[in-house]
Amino acid sequence: MSITSLLSISMGAILVNNFIFSQFLGCCPFLGVSKKLDTAVGMGIAVTFVMGLASAVTWIVNQFILVRFDLLYMQTVVFILVIAALVQFIEMFLQKSMPSLYTALGIYLPLITTNCAVLGVALLNIQNNYSFIESVVYGITGGLGFLLAIVLFAAVRERNVFADYPKCFDGFPIALITAGLMALSFMGFSGLSVWG
Amino acid sequence: MNIGKQFKEGLITNNPVLVQVLGTCSTMAITTSFFNGLGMGLSVLIILTLSNIIISAIRKIVPDKIRIAMFIVVIACFVTCVDLLLQAFIPDLSKALGVFLPLIVVNCIILGRAEAFCYKNGVVASTFDGIFQGLGYTAVLMVMSVFRELFGSGTFGAGVISPDGIRIIPEQFPAKLLTLPVGGFICLGFLIAIMQWALTKSKNKTEKEESK
Repeated sequence: MSITSLLSISMGAILVNNFIFSQFLGCCPFLGVSKKLDTAVGMGIAVTFVMGLASAVTWIVNQFILVRFDLLYMQTVVFILVIAALVQFIEMFLQKSMPSLYTALGIYLPLITTNCAVLGVALLNIQNNYSFIESVVYGITGGLGFLLAIVLFAAVRERNVFADYPKCFDGFPIALITAGLMALSFMGFSGLSVWG
Repeated sequence: MNIGKQFKEGLITNNPVLVQVLGTCSTMAITTSFFNGLGMGLSVLIILTLSNIIISAIRKIVPDKIRIAMFIVVIACFVTCVDLLLQAFIPDLSKALGVFLPLIVVNCIILGRAEAFCYKNGVVASTFDGIFQGLGYTAVLMVMSVFRELFGSGTFGAGVISPDGIRIIPEQFPAKLLTLPVGGFICLGFLIAIMQWALTKSKNKTEKEESK
């Protein structure tokens, strides 16, 4: 493990294999919470935070509980419970210490539990045999990739209001097609391996 | 409970993917071949039905505050069962679906139905709801996967009929783009648009008939 490998993991997670545009993880909040730029930013930051923390905690749980006691078949159940507990804990912590951020995030905070990007990053860390530091870096940069995608998408979507498109494309269809075109532009990053 | 109405709701008027727009991640990610679409659709159908039965059965003894956690545990147990069964008996499918198989746990359709339907209705109604909503999801997956496989790689039924499927469009013509993530977003966008167009059209028609 070296700095260059960490950099290539981060580059991969943010641009080349962006969680939304090439792996389809976290599409529900991506489509649901991207109508306004400021809520999109809040959601992106919250997801980044939870993904980094969840990567660390699930890695520890996997290594020191599941592997040691040979309980790997319980992985999915344990991981989702750990994530749910973590989100609940963060919610309580924010409510006490940072009430302004808590009210800004509102309903989106509990919804992070069912964000497939969070469980996805935990499972992918195990699948890719990442070490502890690599997992945390992958979690945080994956979240940053999500933040980048949702912020760009929300900005485009706000301008969609002025566009002239057939009436039946109102709402989700035009958003999905916008996302498709953005995925096309993100394909330009494939093959990017500056530090690889 | 009206079964015919539930059937129509699950497949058309309240379709989980096209109308409620739930579970879009897996819909777009794995519909690159008919084999994957069918496998994923049936897995979700089975898990949704079983979890609906259990959740509606225990809904009265579960305290309101921890219900979401209970739902997730029930769903995660069934997902683990299906995951292990597929790994044992259909390893090709398990490999093709990859991380999206355990991710059925956080598929919004299942949790959404648990919260919106099973928590308020009895076991029998919830069972049928699970079957019909699952069928609606499977139907969308099949349409998308057949379309994307046919026009994206020019074959049909790769993995089901024969390892490479039946080649319908010669190799140099298919639009490879459709099998990439871009194709997933755009196909689903068009499918939802068609659905909205059809629904508004039928709504206008009934309104006209009523005004007469």
